[in-house]
Formats: sequence, structure tokens, C-alpha cells
Amino acid sequence: MSELIAFLEPDRSVIARRAAIIADLADLVPASSLITDARELVPFDTDAFVSYRRMPLAVVLPETTTEVAAVLKYCNRNGIPVVPRGAGTSLSGGAIPQEDAIVIGVSKMNRILEVDLPNRCARVQAGVTNISISQTVEADGFFYAPDPSSQLACTIGGNIGMNSGGAHCLKYGVTTNNLLGVKMVMFDGSIVEIGGKALDAPGYDLLGLVCGSEGQLGIVTEATVRLIARPEGARPVLFGFPSSVAAGACVTDIIGAGIIPVAIEFMDKPAIEICEAFAQAGYPMDVEALLIVEVEGSDAEMDAMLGRIIEIARTHGVKTIRESQSATEAALIWKGRKSAFGATGRIADYICMDGTVPLGQLSHVLEKTSEIVARYGLRVANVFHAGDGNMHPLILFDANDPDESRKAEMAGNDILKLCVDAGGCLTGEHGVGIEKRDLMRHQYTDADLAQQMRVRAAFDPKWILNPSKVFPLDGRNGAYADETGETAGKTAA
Amino acid sequence: MQTNFTAEQLADPGVAMSEKILRKCVHCGFCTATCPTYVTLGNELDSPRGRIYLIKDMLENGRPADEQVVTHIDRCLSCLSCVTTCPSGVDYMHLVDHARIHIEQTYRRPLMDRLTRRMLALVLPYPARLRASLHLARLGRPFAPLFRTVPGLKPVAAMLDLAPASVPAASPVSRPGNHAAAAPKRGRVAILSGCAQPVLKPGINEATIRLLNRIGVEVVVPEGEGCCGSLVHHMGREPDALDAARKNIDAWTREIDAGGLDAIIITASGCGTTIKDYGHMLREDPAYADKAARVSALAKDVIEYLASIDLPDPVNGSGLVVAYHSACSMQHGQKITTAPKTLLKGAGFVVKDPPEGHLCCGSAGVYNILQPEIALALRDRKVRNIELTRPEVIATGNIGCITQIAQGTGIPILHTVELLDWAYGGDRPEGLPARATREQRAVQPS
Repeated sequence: MSELIAFLEPDRSVIARRAAIIADLADLVPASSLITDARELVPFDTDAFVSYRRMPLAVVLPETTTEVAAVLKYCNRNGIPVVPRGAGTSLSGGAIPQEDAIVIGVSKMNRILEVDLPNRCARVQAGVTNISISQTVEADGFFYAPDPSSQLACTIGGNIGMNSGGAHCLKYGVTTNNLLGVKMVMFDGSIVEIGGKALDAPGYDLLGLVCGSEGQLGIVTEATVRLIARPEGARPVLFGFPSSVAAGACVTDIIGAGIIPVAIEFMDKPAIEICEAFAQAGYPMDVEALLIVEVEGSDAEMDAMLGRIIEIARTHGVKTIRESQSATEAALIWKGRKSAFGATGRIADYICMDGTVPLGQLSHVLEKTSEIVARYGLRVANVFHAGDGNMHPLILFDANDPDESRKAEMAGNDILKLCVDAGGCLTGEHGVGIEKRDLMRHQYTDADLAQQMRVRAAFDPKWILNPSKVFPLDGRNGAYADETGETAGKTAA
Repeated sequence: MQTNFTAEQLADPGVAMSEKILRKCVHCGFCTATCPTYVTLGNELDSPRGRIYLIKDMLENGRPADEQVVTHIDRCLSCLSCVTTCPSGVDYMHLVDHARIHIEQTYRRPLMDRLTRRMLALVLPYPARLRASLHLARLGRPFAPLFRTVPGLKPVAAMLDLAPASVPAASPVSRPGNHAAAAPKRGRVAILSGCAQPVLKPGINEATIRLLNRIGVEVVVPEGEGCCGSLVHHMGREPDALDAARKNIDAWTREIDAGGLDAIIITASGCGTTIKDYGHMLREDPAYADKAARVSALAKDVIEYLASIDLPDPVNGSGLVVAYHSACSMQHGQKITTAPKTLLKGAGFVVKDPPEGHLCCGSAGVYNILQPEIALALRDRKVRNIELTRPEVIATGNIGCITQIAQGTGIPILHTVELLDWAYGGDRPEGLPARATREQRAVQPS
């Protein structure tokens, strides 16, 4: 398949030194942490953005920050690109390697180091899964708020890289709002700590810069995250609508009325069918669109908020309103929603878009999305964080059909441009990765991008960290490179 | 996920099936999180997604299996936790089954590995041979620490460790025969005697037959039954597995044709998963496909059967605190999750769910012999989690788990049906200590 997205041209001189590099790495990490066999490297050639694949030079799975530091120091000194990897669940290709790169995976660094309830925080290694933090403190009545749909598997390190969100971020904010500190290895192997248990750190908001930097400013090996007390109760309620437009307008009005539930999730009919088939959550099947609205607090608080939401929903012609009757039912409602992407695999291959739009544009963008996908002769399922205006159209296609694959990518690009043109943004929570890299020009001017690249270069002067990602390849040798004297790689032809 | 097979490759039914399975995988990575070996080793190569990719690469390129692929497939427990987790419905079970057959056909294992596997295949499925070996093992036990220091002999050490200190006498219920209902008859079932279980814990089938008879179910132990084949099936020795399957299908078909059967009762969930798959395993065999499908449809775990009929009120409501350990073959293989706990509660037990219940105990057929290190790490983790619930007894539905977990804890472990038989009027199961007091429970290790 001819690919729409290019990678940096691999550095042949690095590939030529492969044997020597592997021998050197063997001195830095235990044998069980070094993968070099050609067969064994294949499973690391992609992440959840599976349409693109590149073999890495080698994979290391360090067990300590010191080992990460030793490998990074070595790679920087020898000009070898590095691609950080958490659980490899990125939907934007953030963890896809390249032929001349060493993958540093944090999957063996999976321990919870400290739970500090008086300070409402936990200190964890970068490879712990998102959900395991909440599971660890559940009995004490706490949880970690950001909850990406992949929370079962994705790592906190990857969440920080992508500033991940999730269904419950409407009320609690995304990763950056719940991160208190990191231990990070810099490009040269030096180890820094940014932030800590206190609520604010002196000086520039470096933590804010690191969170969402897609592994280009350093490799986070430990994180201190905020814990939140569990509410007294929580209740997801299903609202079925006769049309997507009505559901979208209802979301706009709920938020516009100053009501902030914990979550407002949207599913259109194709998404409802997919999720119901997997989870059997009892979603209404006779509606065109579904909102899952979760309220929390005391019974009185939940009743009051729900009353207002129901009133608004009625003005939009809501057809079905169903409250979950038990904890099991509530869990199933969320299981269906959170498995939506994977469950789509039952009927087709898909790519998942991640644009955000101002809430007032929700209905308009949904309509246009359908038009775009129809124009390419494909199907779409919409399942997304409506309260945040974070759209996730799933474009369905057949990966064994090169023409369809290409059309799916093109439709995706058109949808993301639509989001930007509607006043939104290319990425809500999945990150730019390689997927949206070449669309960055649609969002930013060259001057904007050059400025961002200067910041990046301040952290990683040789551009060894995840170099093929985020910034369009063809603009890297312009004004920005002239100043620093460094070139950020050449585009593959 | 995109696949790349030629039409010629797809002419092979095994490859064609694998291709269909691979097409469903979207590489989302959810499966990694609940995989016992990934959780233990932290390497994607030892996760379902990694293995799926290794298998895909091997099959697409039409390559014989090699040491690397074999290492990671061998480490798979076939616990099927990934199948429960997978939102896309990837049929990992049949994919890894196919990979194991491919390995067996195309890869020559190192000598010691070959000998160990051959020996297991020749001994375990045959009760008489197993009984004799266990007597021998008692003599060999003092040498286990020595064997453990030699890499090729680790499985031998693991076997010696697992061998019980004493071997119970053969039970009369393993012999073919009819056990009449002791109450107005409401059903007729066959029971699988099996291979290892009647040697290690004959009390399980004795309790099952007693209980079923008491509630009006006639139980027949058919002539000609044997091992279900799962031990060799999981080693990729498919011809042996299919022979075992055909032998059982013949035995049960005779019973179906003679007196009719409402169910084929299985008391080891590991066997149940395989017998329920006979229909698939023999789908290409015109002489057996239909019969196999019929047998698979009739196969029921004893718990599943008990849950489907009305039970009287329990006689011995003990209030004993039971930690229920769900065998992987029960919860992931057969999707039987709540029924055992509902039955135990209904019979008057207090049931506890240990944390991380989805993770395997490391038994997994002969896994604890072939992969002793990972099996031990998983056993210790399982025991820790079970002991957190401070139970007086552990209940589970699979002989492998019973043997494995018993090695790591002082808390008695029984088959669920042994507790149910007692609750519904049977004798107090052997191995169950007198009711522990609250004080005694408080000092149990946790």
C-alpha cells in the first residue's frame, strides 16, 4: 500500500552499526530486557495505529530509571533515534518506531511506589496501567480521574506523553490537570524531577510543557498523580434521541445551562449496535443517537441535576430515558462505551479520529462528517466525549483493500480539517503522533511551528527523541534549523 | 488488521481459519493488561497481542516455527483471559491451537524438552501409568532440589514437587457402570472419569455421583471413556488429541443411542473446555463432525448442570467462609462465572471473591511442569490474593488448580461439588478441618 504519511529517512550509518550498537546495549541492560532478534522485533513495529509499521533497530525494556538514563545517554552520544513506548495503545502512531531507532519500552516498570492519602497522591512508575492506580486506592475511597477508554491497558507514561483524557474528564480535567510531578530522563541521560506532591511548583510550568510532549522532551519514568475522593454515588443515565442533530443540540444546551455532569458521552446508531453486541449493556436500539450522561454526588444532588437535564432533553424530543438500576448495570454501560473502538473490530477495520470542536458546532460537524465519509463511499460510527466537544468518528474500511485504506485516511484528514475550520483542534486526547503530523500546518502558521520546534530543541538539541512525530517533516530545515545549526532529519522521498 | 496470505496458503483450512481470526484483531492492546505472563514478565512478546503478531508473521511467511516463536508460544498458559477481555472477538484459542500444531509439525525441540513432553504424553492421560509414576515419584522426591539446578531437568523437579505424598486407592466409581437415582428419576447423564483426576482426587467424582443420585439423576460411567485429549491438544499433538476425542465420542454416542443422555457431566473444567470444542476440532472429519458437535452440545460442567435444575433446601448450612477460585477454563474457556458462587451461597456458604480473579494460578495443564518458574510466580500471586479474603476453605472446579494452589497454602482446597454434596446431605468432605473459630481465622496468614 502506498502510504500517505512519510517517516524520516533512516540514517543508514546507524543501521550499518547495528551489531556494535546491540553489543553496547547488552552492557547497559539485562539480557531479558534487550530484544534484537528479527522475528521478535516484529511485534514492536506498530501500536494501535496499525496501518503504519516500521521495524525498530532494537527494543530495550529497562527495569529502572538508571537503565533508561544509560540507554538515552548512549543513544544521544551516538546519534541514535529513540522511540519511547508505553503499552503501545496509541491511536495516532505515537509509539511506531523507525528502522534506525531504539525503542525504550517502560512495560517492566510497572510498580506503584507510594500511596500518600493525606496528600491525595500516588507515586507510580511510568509503566503502571492507568486503571491499576484507581484499583489500588479503590478500597480507601479514592480514584485517579482521567480514564481513557484504553485505561485497562494504557500506561501512565503514555498518558503523560499524549495528555490523555477520557469520559470523566468533563468534570475532572485531563492528564495535565491531574499530574503533580514527574521523574524524567533527559536526552543526555541526566535525571530531573519536575513538580512534586505540593500543589504548585516554582518557576515556569515545565510540567505543563512535558505533559503532552509525545516523548520528545524526555522519557518520563515516574509520575506523581492526584487522587480524588470517590463521590457518594454515581449514576449513568441513557438518553435516546430520534436524531444525532437533536442529541448534539441537547449537549450544547446542557453545558450552556451551566450544568457540568461527570460525563456526557455520545453514540450514534452504528456505534450503539457495535457496543451493544459486545457488552449487552441494554442500550436502546430504536433510537438514532444515544447520550450516556453520568451524574454523581448524594442522591439528592443527583436527582436535582438529573431533573434539570431531563427537562432540557425533553425540549430536544428525547425518546428514551433509562437510569441504571444497579452497579452491575452501570458497569456494563461503561464497559460497552469503553470497548467501542475494539468492538468495532468485529465488523470492520477502522481509524479513529480525535478532533475537538466548540460545543455550538457539534451538530454541524456531525452532519458534515457523515457527508465527507459518504463522499468517499465509506461508513462511519460516532462515539465520543460530547461534553468536551471531543469527536471520535470511526471510519470503517477494509484493511485488505488498499484503495479503501487510502480513502479512509483521506476522509479522516478532511474531518480533522473540518474540526479546525469549525474553531476546534486536531487532537483532543490521542496526540498528534504521525497520524495528524502533516495536518499541523492546517492548525498552525509556519512561525507558530518554528517557535514550537525551538522549544523542543531546547530539550533535545539533536532531535533524537521520537523524531518522526508531531512536526511536519518538510518544514524542519527552514528558519528554525538555520538558527540552531541542527537539522531535524530529512523526509523520505 | 491487514493480513497477507496467498490463495494457495488459504487453501489450508487451518491457515484459512487463522486468517479469519487475525482479521478481527485491531491491535488495540487491551489483551495485554489481563494476560498473566505479560503482567509477570512485562514483555509484549509474552502477551496475547505479541503472540498474535508472532503467529501472523510465521504463518504469512509460511515459515517453520523457530526457537524464538516457540519460546513465547510455550509461555502462553492458554488461560484465555485475553478472550474474555478482547472487545473485537478475536478467537485467540483456536489461533494458538493452530500455532501449536504448526510448531509440533515444523520444529524439532531440544532433546530434554522432547523427552519430557513425550513422557508426559505417554503417562498423564493413562490412570494406571500415572498411578505407578506417582509411587515412583515418592522415591525420587529427595532429588528434586538437585534436578532444579540443571536447566534441562527443571521440569522433572517440578513434577516431583507436584506429586502428592500419598496416592489414594483407585475408586470404584471410575469403573464403567450405572449409578441409579436414589430419588424419583429426573434425568440421566454420563460422567467423564478422566485421567489424572481419578488418580489424584477420586473423591470429586464420588461426591458428584452421590449428589446427582440423591437429587434423582441417574449417572452412567460409560465403557470405553478415556482422557479428553486436552493435555496432548495443548502440546500441539493433534493426532493424539483427535484420537482421544473420537474414543470418547464413540463411548458417549453409544450411551446416547442406548438410553439417551441429558448431559455429559464433566468435573474438571479444563477437560470441559476441550470437550465443548470437539465439534470444532473434528469439523473436517466427515465421519465424526456431526457426532462431535452433538457431544459438545451435551457437555456440561457439573456446576452448569446443577444450576440448570431445581435443588432442594440444603441440609448442612455451614456458614463456612469459602474463597471461590474460578479456574481459567471455567471463567474464560466456558464463561461460567456466577453459577458456582450462586450455588455455594444457596447452599449456605459465605463466598469471597479474591482480587485479580481473572489471573491464572499457573497450573494450566502441564504448564507448571514445563514452565515451572512462571507457574510458581503466578501460584504465589494467586495464593496471596486468596489469603487476603481470609477463607476457611477454597473452592474451585478444576483438578489442576487444586493441585497447584494446594502446594502454596495451608488452607484446604476442595472441588465446589464436594462442598455442595456435603451441604445437600453428603458426608463432610475429607481434608476439611473442624470449623475454625473466628480467633483462628484471625491469625491465618494474609
